[in-house]
Amino acid sequence: MTEIVTAVPCLETQDLCRFFGPVRVTGDVNFTLHPGERRALIGPNGAGKTTFLNLLSGRLAPSSGKILLDGLDITQTSEVRRIKMGIGRTFQITSLFPKLTARQNVYLAVAECEGIAGAFFRPAFSHAPQMERADELLHRVGLSDVAEIAAEELPYGRQRLLEIAVALALRPKILLLDEPAAGIPTAESHVILDILETLPKEIAVCLIDHDMDLVFRFAQTITVLVQGTVFVEGTPAEIAADERVRKVYLGEGGHDGHAAA
Amino acid sequence: MNQQPASITLPVPVRRRTALTALHAIPWAVALGVYALFPGYEPLATQMFVMILFALSLDLLVGYAGIVTLGHAGLFGTGAYTAGILAAHGFNDPIATALCGMGAAALVGLLFGSCMLRTKGLALLMLSMASAFLLYELANKATGWTGGDDGLQGISFGPVLGLFEFDFRGRTAFFYTLGVLFLAFLFVRTLINSPFGWSLRGIRENDRRMGAIGCPIYQRRLTAYVIAAALAGLAGALQAQATQFVALHVLSFELSGDVLVMLILGGSGHLYGAFLGVPLFMFAQDLLAKQDPTNWQLGQGIILIGMVLFAPGGMMGIGRRLMAAVRRRARP
Repeated sequence: MTEIVTAVPCLETQDLCRFFGPVRVTGDVNFTLHPGERRALIGPNGAGKTTFLNLLSGRLAPSSGKILLDGLDITQTSEVRRIKMGIGRTFQITSLFPKLTARQNVYLAVAECEGIAGAFFRPAFSHAPQMERADELLHRVGLSDVAEIAAEELPYGRQRLLEIAVALALRPKILLLDEPAAGIPTAESHVILDILETLPKEIAVCLIDHDMDLVFRFAQTITVLVQGTVFVEGTPAEIAADERVRKVYLGEGGHDGHAAA
Repeated sequence: MNQQPASITLPVPVRRRTALTALHAIPWAVALGVYALFPGYEPLATQMFVMILFALSLDLLVGYAGIVTLGHAGLFGTGAYTAGILAAHGFNDPIATALCGMGAAALVGLLFGSCMLRTKGLALLMLSMASAFLLYELANKATGWTGGDDGLQGISFGPVLGLFEFDFRGRTAFFYTLGVLFLAFLFVRTLINSPFGWSLRGIRENDRRMGAIGCPIYQRRLTAYVIAAALAGLAGALQAQATQFVALHVLSFELSGDVLVMLILGGSGHLYGAFLGVPLFMFAQDLLAKQDPTNWQLGQGIILIGMVLFAPGGMMGIGRRLMAAVRRRARP
């Protein structure tokens, strides 16, 4: 069903399974993501979307199956190693350094990425290249004006943007976004979409969201997860037209109804 | 985003660099002032410098790395006994034995730290206590080396740098400990302002997020622990040298608790918390013990409870709030 099948996938899963006790939260998922692709992962609550993202990022280990990054088996690779290999992510529940300023939040990620975070004897925030990168990232997500404000004092929507800046600081090849627009009024989710649309073309982005306007405008391909398995995969037009998807997920009103169930 | 228009320009905090620089000189000026104005107080001041260094090493863990430990005396005692035992066997150069004390404490810190830092929170607290108890019992039983319950007596140290004998009035010890404290302070200050120090703050604030930006958390916390252990060991060695005596108390749970209380009173995570908390604790202890020699710890407990309830940032927290109020008043 997917249109992009010619290129080599940068991320691939083979029969990926994860159990929590006897409950299968991810079941035999075969998933491919291509360089530069814009993918959305949707499904009703409890479909195992976040679990799947956690398996990809290395936060959770799969019960069985394989994960390949550029054809390389990374199933056993730690979260930290995967980040270095180019898998970046954001969290559904905002996860920042609340007492640190926006700039410091981004700087910490830049410092880790550039390998200077373990340095003892040079002052932090004094290196022009790293500081310039941090400022450039803040600019990219439109937070330059609040660079000196503590993350916890930022309005929620801007915290979500800061999350994205922190993830981008790690120079990911693949960016996994767990509900970037969660908690933002639907009328304002366009701000998030605007930022997502300026992401470098070479980064593959896989996004989970319940905001159907955002999903359908952003994604080239949509994967629908139901009870941990891939229910159907296709272009936004195909998904919108799919009767079964309407039934299990979108509800009778289709995607205009903002099905947030 | 909803209520806040993006066009609001936020006031960039003006840095009062000169005023702040002057503030940094206060503790050292006070120390020298004590020497000039209160002859006879050198031994007490020396004791305070040692405890400040000890509390400073704990601040690195509690205030910056977010590692709360109740076994910090284990490392202090390791440094004290290392220096003491070396001196008892005739190797008594102060600086060399202090370095040995640091090294021994760093090794012990590496050993215990590599086990206990795999845990967090309450489990970590328990393991840190257990590690200090272990060392305490070890020193208690190894009477041939440590003198056990009687302490390590009759040790003496050579002149500092081969020039300054430890004198009866304690002047050499005063300047020696003050000098070491100053160097250690500069080291800690450099450390906490480095990218390493900021990554520790990141781990303290949100270790989950820190992991997700690729930070090797365990390794970084262990590094901090070993550095803090070395500094605690240095403080212990200074204590042995200044008092020419090592008692089992240096490894005790009481000391681990006291140093944590000192740090909390002064304010953790502020670098200068140790400088305020230690004198406050020692003066309060002295005053309360004079009032009621048997139940003075009651008063200490009340002060601590009051501090935690009403001034959670300790003395430094009170100071910061006052300064912020003054600034607000000054701004039209």
